[in-house]
Amino acid sequence: MIALLIILVAALLGITIWQISKIFKLSQPVESDDSQIANNKDNEKQGKLFLVFIVFLYGLMIYSFWELSKFYAPGASDHAAEYDQLFFISLGLIMFVQVIIQFLIHWFSYKYRGQKGRKALFYADNDKLEFIWTIIPVITLAALIIYGLFSWSKIMNVEETDETLVIEIYAYQFDWRARYSGEDRTLGEANVRFIEGVNQLGLNESDPYAQDDIITTELHLPVDRPVLFKFRSQDVLHSAYFPFFRSQMNVVPGMITQFGFTPTTTSKEIRNSEYMVEKVRNINEIRENNDNLGPDEKEYEFEYYLLCNKICGVSHYNMQMKIVVETEEEYQKWIEEQQSFGELTAQN
Amino acid sequence: MDPSIYLALSTIHGTIMVFYVLTAGLSGTFSNLLIPLQIGARDMASGFMNMISYWLFFISSIVIVSSFFVEAGPASAGWTVYPPLSALPQAIGGSGLGMTLWLVAITIFIASSLLGSLNYIVTVLNLRTEGMSMTRLPLTIWAFFVTAIIGVVSFPVLLAAGLLLLMDRSFGTSFFLSDIYIQGEVLSYQGGSPVLYEHLFWFLGHPEVYIVLLPALGITSEIIATNSRKPIFGYRAMIASILAIAFLSTVVWGHHMFVSGMNPFLGSVFTFTTLLIAIPSGVKAFNYITTLWKGNLQLNPAMLFSIGLVSTFVTGGLTGIILGDSTLDINVHDTYFVIAHFHLVMGISALYGLLAGVYHWFPKMFGRMMNKNLGYVHFWITAVGAYGIFFPMHFIGMAGLPRRYYKFTEFPYFDDLADTNILISVFAFITASAQLFFVYNFIHSIFYGKKAEQNPWKSNTLEWTTPVKHIHGNWPGEIPKVYRWPYDYSKMNKDETEYVIPGQDFVPQNVPLQENEEELNE
Ligand code: HEM
Ligand SMILES: [Cu+2]
Ligand SMILES: [Cu+2]
Repeated sequence: MIALLIILVAALLGITIWQISKIFKLSQPVESDDSQIANNKDNEKQGKLFLVFIVFLYGLMIYSFWELSKFYAPGASDHAAEYDQLFFISLGLIMFVQVIIQFLIHWFSYKYRGQKGRKALFYADNDKLEFIWTIIPVITLAALIIYGLFSWSKIMNVEETDETLVIEIYAYQFDWRARYSGEDRTLGEANVRFIEGVNQLGLNESDPYAQDDIITTELHLPVDRPVLFKFRSQDVLHSAYFPFFRSQMNVVPGMITQFGFTPTTTSKEIRNSEYMVEKVRNINEIRENNDNLGPDEKEYEFEYYLLCNKICGVSHYNMQMKIVVETEEEYQKWIEEQQSFGELTAQN
Repeated sequence: MDPSIYLALSTIHGTIMVFYVLTAGLSGTFSNLLIPLQIGARDMASGFMNMISYWLFFISSIVIVSSFFVEAGPASAGWTVYPPLSALPQAIGGSGLGMTLWLVAITIFIASSLLGSLNYIVTVLNLRTEGMSMTRLPLTIWAFFVTAIIGVVSFPVLLAAGLLLLMDRSFGTSFFLSDIYIQGEVLSYQGGSPVLYEHLFWFLGHPEVYIVLLPALGITSEIIATNSRKPIFGYRAMIASILAIAFLSTVVWGHHMFVSGMNPFLGSVFTFTTLLIAIPSGVKAFNYITTLWKGNLQLNPAMLFSIGLVSTFVTGGLTGIILGDSTLDINVHDTYFVIAHFHLVMGISALYGLLAGVYHWFPKMFGRMMNKNLGYVHFWITAVGAYGIFFPMHFIGMAGLPRRYYKFTEFPYFDDLADTNILISVFAFITASAQLFFVYNFIHSIFYGKKAEQNPWKSNTLEWTTPVKHIHGNWPGEIPKVYRWPYDYSKMNKDETEYVIPGQDFVPQNVPLQENEEELNE
């Protein structure tokens, strides 16, 4: 498909160059009309090109939706389904408008292409029409706004309950750490001014709540349990972007920001989903043929990730953290294996 | 290319495109050329301010270009230069001298822009010729006038942001910085907030979109009406929507900050104001389309670019409905979806407006015509290329591909996007090459183009009543008086038997009311 398209584009380019050389010849003053103002012949030809162009534009739109919408990442959190629904309703609506409006623009440009002797209609105003195309967008947009704002307040106003898992996500140039609150279920006090030696996140060692905190390089989440993330930065702005969970929040030095969601699909489940199996197979095929990769880099297995989405320095493009969504038992087992902050400082 | 060069190039690309090409190219050039000519003035209100504005722009350009040659590189924190990244040389090399030069350049640019804008405002208010009431102004002038007002309102806020940033960088203040540990060292800054900077930046940043768009739309209004041989549809609604856009554009900046950490309630408010601005924008698009309807379209290159603008403005504007919805922005913010959106709605649309203006007013500027066939080729390749680049780009954004990434190979998940990226690059290459036709045509026509007649497009506005050869004071004799609005194209006489002026489908603004003509729009 892609090769075909490139060939097509190249062919178009070829034709254009050929046409241009012709034009160069024609643009020598052989013809009587060299006014450089569009004449009947130009209007005729350019008008028709608008028809050709709308075919191209529709073609491009169809190709994009047909071939590229498969890239839309699968959702794996409680609000992902709602997000996707709003997204596709909005997308459907604007594409509907897009198809009609583009048709009108290009069709009129063709239909009313200039002809000698033709009279344009003197048509300066129509209050009724103006009113119609003010009021229709108003109603549609009002509906979208209201729908959107309901979702927004649901997503953004996370209530902390007994069940909620509170995790700090800590960002620095150019990596992430996760901090779990441990048995006391309270994150210890922290500030970059406490950073020293192994205390890389700047926890206040004299704060008893800090002792049982657990700092990890991977983010493990039990499935179906609400998580509330508290974001903290060590240096510059970063943004914690969780594409599969339809979540994102900037990480701002000097300020704690937050965002919550409930993961609903375990890593295992999504790996075995039809969509992901197919996608990973495809990716592995591509990687197999990629000579820049060493033999042990070729095999790719899907893992959720969180990536930095606010420009933060030279290695911004590689600031990521692996996310594992697993069952409650698996999660408990994993967290028990991790070292607490108290243990870490005692050791050193 | 290494990552720091990539970041530097993308920052400078953004800065130069937004400020130096589009703001200066549209507001700077066309306002200066057209305001006196179209309102019937001998010159701008203050030639002195004009000159200072021009030289400041010149110096500013030199400073920004010279920042390329700084050892640690030019500013590299993105064209939005968010602190702390832009404040701390320890965070990225470009935030040293390169960033200082960026701030100096932008400060000078703002001074230049303010002087220019004040001059435009005063000129439009005071120097209109007799009979040229505000409701007889061409829409181009309305657009330039309102743009200048937006500039005067919002550029000073960017200046404030820049100065505060400068103080944080050089004098140890903490407006935007707090709790920072970098390169093994705790910095003393305490109590500032980068979010404050974001508010200040986008208070200009969003109106800036309209600072480049409105002039482009104004130019388009003029060209579409002239070449359709029809009045612009809904002249008063067009003015009303320019004013509405101007007002609303100053209250929507927060849509760039939905996930910045600001209060979610504010997010709701900005969603509301943002979707409101879609309404006047929609009215404008509909009015352009109605102007085409039942016209007698003279498809000159300028007209093609104007129609192209309407098309890309609609495509890009529609995706704004997604980005303006705080909920939906969560997942596409800072991805390639945004790049696709703003390039279409602002980059390409404004660029089309700029090109349309050049093709249309070239005879006025240089007394010669540009080659139309080269113009046609230029338009069609650019049109195919622009959509070819930016339409598919929405989809790689929907895949979650972040912008400002030097490379994507660290994420095997994105490996299957490679083909689409190649496709986009092919289109980008073609589009870029097509601009050579324009450059050639432009330069060649200045010297060898066909000599222009006085009013080649049979237009109504006053600039075409001046002699082809430039003279001081624009008109040799008296300044023309104005008796009508600028859109009497194809107007019929009272009995609908003939054009108002028999055999001529246009009535220039300086032609008095004819005997058998009905007065309109007063
Ligand atoms: C063929 C034409 C163009 C192409 C292929 C192109 C390509 C790009 C790309 C790929 C980026 C993303 C950089 C990144 O985020 O990693 C970008 C950024 C940008 N472009 Fe363009 N661009 C073009 C024309 C324009 C024009 C006409 C404008 C004028 C408004 C413009 C303004 C910007 C801005 C403001 C940015 C943001 C820079 C930043 O991230 O700091 N571009 N462009
Ligand atoms: Cu980062
Ligand atoms: Cu904006």
